[in-house]
Amino acid sequence: MAQTVTPSALEAPRSPRSPRSRRSTRTNYELYGWVFMRASGALLLVLIFGHLFMNLWVGEGINAIDFAFVGGKWSSPLWQTWDLLMLWLAMIHGTNGVRTIINDYAERDATRIVLKSALYLAFVVTVVLGTLVIFTFDPCPPNAPAELLASFCTA
Amino acid sequence: MTAVVDAPSGASPETAPEVGAVPTFDVTLRIRRYNPEVAGDEAYWEEFTVTAHGTDRVLDAMHKIKWELDGSLTFRRSCAHGICGSDAMRINGRNRLACKALLKDLNPDKPITIEPIKGLPVEKDLVVDMEPFFASYREIMPFLITSGNEPSKERLQSAEQRERYDDTTKCILCAACTSSCPVFWTDGQYFGPAAIVNAHRFIFDSRDEGGTQRLEILNDKEGVWRCRTTFNCTEACPRGIEVTKAIQEVKRAMITRAF
Repeated sequence: MAQTVTPSALEAPRSPRSPRSRRSTRTNYELYGWVFMRASGALLLVLIFGHLFMNLWVGEGINAIDFAFVGGKWSSPLWQTWDLLMLWLAMIHGTNGVRTIINDYAERDATRIVLKSALYLAFVVTVVLGTLVIFTFDPCPPNAPAELLASFCTA
Repeated sequence: MTAVVDAPSGASPETAPEVGAVPTFDVTLRIRRYNPEVAGDEAYWEEFTVTAHGTDRVLDAMHKIKWELDGSLTFRRSCAHGICGSDAMRINGRNRLACKALLKDLNPDKPITIEPIKGLPVEKDLVVDMEPFFASYREIMPFLITSGNEPSKERLQSAEQRERYDDTTKCILCAACTSSCPVFWTDGQYFGPAAIVNAHRFIFDSRDEGGTQRLEILNDKEGVWRCRTTFNCTEACPRGIEVTKAIQEVKRAMITRAF
C-alpha cells in the first residue's frame, strides 16, 4: 500500500537558518522610507508624464529632439529643477525599492552586503554624474557649428 | 452538512444507492515524510491510498493512515474541529487546517499532497518547531495592559468599540498565515502576520493602554514595514481574518502617530 518515492533533489527540511537576532532596530527609518515611496511615486507620475509630454508630444514631438532642444531646455531653471527632481526622486525611489527586494530575497548576509554595496555604488555614480551634468551643462560649446545649437547661442 | 448523492439517471431502482447514503471513494495522499532518527536527514514523499467517505476531511484520511496503515506517521491535531489551531499544513500547495479541508473539495481523483507548513524547522513528518512563531507572538505582548486601580466591575466597552477589533480576535494561532508569507520564508526574522494580527487585537481595543508600546515594537525594521501586501496570509487564514487589512491598519496607526 505504501510506496516510497525519493527524488534526489529534495533539500533537507532542517535547513539551517540564522537564529532570531532581534537587536533593537526600532527607528522610524522604515516608516519614513515607506511614506517616501508613496509620496515620491505620486510625484514621479506627474514629473515623468510632464517630461514625456514636453519632449514627445508638444510641437514637432520626438522629431524636435536634438542637442539644441536639450540645450534650450537646460538653460531654463524650471527644466533644470524639473530634471534634477526627477533624477533624485527616481533614483532614491528605485534604489529603496531594490534595497527591499534584496532584503526579501538574499538569504545570506554576505550576498546581501555585496548586492547592496553594488546598488549604493550605482546610485552614487548615477546621481553625482547626473547632477553634475544638469548644473555644468554648456548649451553653447565654442567652435560648434551654429546649426546644431540653440537659437540663443551667438558665436 | 450531509452529503446527498443523486441516483445516477440510468440506474435501475435495485442498484441505486440508498437514499442519504454517503458515497465512498479511494483517495491517495502524498505525504512529505521526515524522520532524522530512522530515515536520515533527508525528507521524502510517501503515498498512501485509503478508502474515504464523501463527508471525510483530510484529517480523517490521515487518521486512517496512522491508525490502520503506518503508525509512524506524525502530525499534530487536538480538537479536530478547526479551533485549536494544531493541524495547519500545506495541502495541495495551500496552507489549510487538515480538520477543515474536505477531501471531496480537493479533487480526490489526483493524489493530494500534504507537506509541513513552510518557514519553520521540521521536527518529524508534519510536526514543525513552532517556537520562532510563538517568540514573535510573545514579543508583541498579547495581554491587556492598563494603568491605575483595577475596577471593581467589568471594564465597559460599547458595541462599536468591540466591533473595531472583532476580526482579529478570531485568531487561533495555527501559523497558517505566517508560514504562507514569502517575507517570513526568507530569513524568519520578520514578525509575521500572526504576531501583527494579535497586536492589532490589543492596539485597537479601547480598554488597552499598551498601544504605543506595541506600535513601537512593530515599528522595528523587521516589523510591519516588511509586509509586501501579497495577501498570502489573508488567503491562508482558516478563520477568514482579513490579515493584510489588519497589517495595513497598524501601519496607518503608526503613520498618524509619527506625523
